[in-house]
Amino acid sequence: MRRIWVVLVAAALTIFGAPSARAHAFLDHASPAVGSSVPASPPIVTLWFTQDLEPAFSDLTVTNESGQRVDLDNAHIPQGSPAELQIGLKPLPRGTYTVSWHVVSVDTHPTEGTFTFDVG
Amino acid sequence: MKPFRSDAVFAAAAILLSANSAALAHGWAGQRFFPATILTDDPFVADEMSLPQISVNPPGPDGARQTDYQIDLSKRITPDTDVIIRDQWQHLQPVGMPSVAGLGSLQTGAQYQLFVNGPHEALGLVGLNVTWAHTGRVQALGAPDFTTLSPTFDFGKGLGDLPRSLPYLRPFAITGNLGFDFPTKTESAGVPNPDNFNYGFAFEYSLPYLECCVKDIGLRAPFNQLIPLVEVSFTTPINRVPAGQTIGTIQPGVIWAGQYFQIGAEAIIPANRFTGHGYGGVVQFHIYLDDLFPRSIGKPISEWW
Repeated sequence: MRRIWVVLVAAALTIFGAPSARAHAFLDHASPAVGSSVPASPPIVTLWFTQDLEPAFSDLTVTNESGQRVDLDNAHIPQGSPAELQIGLKPLPRGTYTVSWHVVSVDTHPTEGTFTFDVG
Repeated sequence: MKPFRSDAVFAAAAILLSANSAALAHGWAGQRFFPATILTDDPFVADEMSLPQISVNPPGPDGARQTDYQIDLSKRITPDTDVIIRDQWQHLQPVGMPSVAGLGSLQTGAQYQLFVNGPHEALGLVGLNVTWAHTGRVQALGAPDFTTLSPTFDFGKGLGDLPRSLPYLRPFAITGNLGFDFPTKTESAGVPNPDNFNYGFAFEYSLPYLECCVKDIGLRAPFNQLIPLVEVSFTTPINRVPAGQTIGTIQPGVIWAGQYFQIGAEAIIPANRFTGHGYGGVVQFHIYLDDLFPRSIGKPISEWW
């Protein structure tokens, strides 16, 4: 009986392909945190996702209340941290800032999102 | 964005082109994730499977109790169309009589994704479901001896586009379905088969949405993946029987949505005495085939070759 189950599972994996450990990339957490207020201008924004990202199709921007970009246009996935996305920031005065991201996980599932944080 | 090596870009582009339909799989509209709900139909085409869904129904008006073991499969044909197939094993315990068990009616359907609006977190879908005659135990379990055609419109709307001054309302979402049943026989064994109007809604509060897009309140797994919800569904006959025989259920519960599957549990409360009395419950284990098998059966069939 046990042998039959082994054969059935092997056949299913052969037919369907072994499931890869990949899926839609959800935002796990961020720094500055989603919806948070920080006392001083942070030097970078970092997003951590639940899946590894495809670098060529993953990006983020940070804008002020007028819609002007306040980031350094250097979004990147740090070496050795394939589920992380970072961007540098210009010095930020007091205000509310919007982080907009869109990423593609390594198995091509795209996701996107926005959130705000306050400075001062 | 820093420059990337061109060969990496071409490789990634090739990957995307080979599976670019992933954007429409699952219940995504912009940054809103809609889980597959248990009672009401979902407003999105998908590669997903419920295996199983177990319902212990409240006692019916005659006191009989029924337990259903259901399997449900959705499979995309193209990025915007899918087919569904559903069947269930039923166990009926009438009052003072031996129990009976057997297959319920086979249901199939075809669906088309009318629209997906990301900025407004809105989805719309039309479908035609068919409940097939003589595919269940007609005499013992009351499965129909007639085929029923059921056109439906399903929709979903997240409230993420509310003003940011209303932050804690933005995780709310509603999905719903409006449809009709048109039986192909007007009566069976002297009992009329009415046309029906079906309507149902799911009111959801997405903690994943709160955490990712509104305010990180510090929830961590598994609580940051919970979606509490209340589902309601009603069926109203529109001809052949006296008016006022609407039946329906109210189902409060919660869904935990993971990367590859979700688990849902709801109470079943009859909405009125025509539906039954007492309480029941339902649990569902639901698999995301597009995430489990992104390069094979999780893709639309049109992209298999």
